[in-house]
Amino acid sequence: MLREGELRIPSGCSISGIINKDRKRISGENIIKSIALMHDRSNGLGGGFAAYGIYPQYKDFYALHIFYEGLSIKMKVEEFLDKHFEIESAGNIPTRVVASIINKPMIWRYFVRPRIYLENAKERQMDEDEFTSQCVIKINKDFNGAYVFSSGKNMGSFKGVGYPEDIGDFFMLDTYKAYTWTAHGRFPTNTPGWWGGAHPFTMLDWSVVHNGEISSYDTNRRFVEMFGYNCSLQTDTEVITYLFDLLVRKQKLPLEKAITIMCAPFWDDIEREYDDIKMELKSLRAVYSSALINGPFSILVGFEKGLLALNDRIKLRSLVAAQKGETVYVASEESAIRLICPDLDKVWSPKGGEPVIALYNNEEEK
Amino acid sequence: MKTIDALGVKYKELNEIIDETIHIDENITLNNIFGQRYVGRILPSNVKLTINGTPGNDMAAYMSGAEIEVFGNAQDGVGNTMNNGKIIIHGNCGDTAGYAMRGGAIYIEGNAGYRIGIHMKEYKEMKPLIMIGGKAGDFLGEYMAGGAIILLGLGLKKGEDLTGKYCGTGMHGGKIYLAKKAQEFNLGKEAVKVKLDDDDKAFLKKHLDEYAKYFKKDLSAVKIESFVKYAAVNKNPYKNIYHKL
Repeated sequence: MLREGELRIPSGCSISGIINKDRKRISGENIIKSIALMHDRSNGLGGGFAAYGIYPQYKDFYALHIFYEGLSIKMKVEEFLDKHFEIESAGNIPTRVVASIINKPMIWRYFVRPRIYLENAKERQMDEDEFTSQCVIKINKDFNGAYVFSSGKNMGSFKGVGYPEDIGDFFMLDTYKAYTWTAHGRFPTNTPGWWGGAHPFTMLDWSVVHNGEISSYDTNRRFVEMFGYNCSLQTDTEVITYLFDLLVRKQKLPLEKAITIMCAPFWDDIEREYDDIKMELKSLRAVYSSALINGPFSILVGFEKGLLALNDRIKLRSLVAAQKGETVYVASEESAIRLICPDLDKVWSPKGGEPVIALYNNEEEK
Repeated sequence: MKTIDALGVKYKELNEIIDETIHIDENITLNNIFGQRYVGRILPSNVKLTINGTPGNDMAAYMSGAEIEVFGNAQDGVGNTMNNGKIIIHGNCGDTAGYAMRGGAIYIEGNAGYRIGIHMKEYKEMKPLIMIGGKAGDFLGEYMAGGAIILLGLGLKKGEDLTGKYCGTGMHGGKIYLAKKAQEFNLGKEAVKVKLDDDDKAFLKKHLDEYAKYFKKDLSAVKIESFVKYAAVNKNPYKNIYHKL
């Protein structure tokens, strides 16, 4: 075995994202090309993608992607699914044989609709999103050996242990067409790589890929767990996903306000604001102090209305954004954007804590 | 002059090709560079690299005298711990350019990212320089121990400051020259404004001329007299934190 100093692994995670604001769908080839260029930022212990707009024929169904470690747990989960959802379609997620992708779990996909006539659901006045998210949390928490890694509508996450370009090949992402793609190459720092721990982390339509490390993880975890979430995946990024779901979907805060909470301005910057803004910023910091994300991060967040890219407040991880017509690109490195779009209209480096928000121009696909 | 097409060539292989090529020809053009790391690392004097594309992180790390001209934007860590030589970037650069730089010069036509010149240092005649045409991000010259940073702030939007926050925080040596006064709140506690003397003016004149020459820009609107100079408040700003006098 090579000793320290004899072996160097120059890595630090990579992220890349593409969104077409007109919802023009493209295959996964470009995002794979982009994330593959940053191969050396990851170490083969995790890669993954989120794709939006891939299931137009099932767009009214929740698409559940589930890892199973064995047949018996699959049967238990399917019994649970059958009780809580009408299953429109179920089957293996198609994969290719890729030599480097080993120890894969069973990977299944279900297009489902909640059985909202369930009595307890009615009593609690739950909407379909809430019902589905609670079922996802329950499976991930209580069904050992099963893990729902995607649960949105007309979108899906694809991830596993391996380099991202191999994971993309494995899931045959060149055969999918999406209007938004995000990708992640992983270099796990605190935990061994496992299939569930690869990025993206999702909840309903939310997906998060992340380069960095959240030092506020436990504070954030305790906060979201008060609202019924369960952090079962041993990875800091998971909690960011739940923070967005909690603040924007459940508490109905505007996205910009949720960002101000998670990337709150420093107290001395707040002091220089006008009185009414100062008051609001102070209130947000006071009420949501446990939702402040600390530590180095650059994240890409896919959601129903578009794509968000965000850095920690003092920019401890790299992030570059670019635009060409109605397409917006974001990545850890500019070269990963230039490779797939050499003639960009605009390239810029977002400041720490300053979000890049790209929203779709139209509500629905044409 | 040798030309190397770098498309699809891994960084390790590319740097080895460069190492071999300089024995045949010291003037090399690299085309189709997409993110390969460490291009120009350790290269000695007399070598000249022309880069077309987007070179990867830590370009010119530990460079020892070579000259690199980039037609495009550079990424993070340009001139990391560089010893000597010259880098001319016809574009912007990412974060931490000139990190722990020990000598030589980096000229950036456009904007620069966060933590530029962090912990750059000087020793005797080795005095590194970073010159930025546009604006710089937060932590410019953080923990700076020597050398000089010149920030021109060309092309700023109305109300935009040329430097980000924490400029010169923890500074204990070296000089930061800003083409105009920065907002007070953007300066670190350890950086203080000092008077511009004749040596400073001659130094600025020299490098403004270089910048104008490299990037073919008319800098007649940039007035040397209006530059503001910042230096370390003292040589050991954090001494009292660890040891009471």
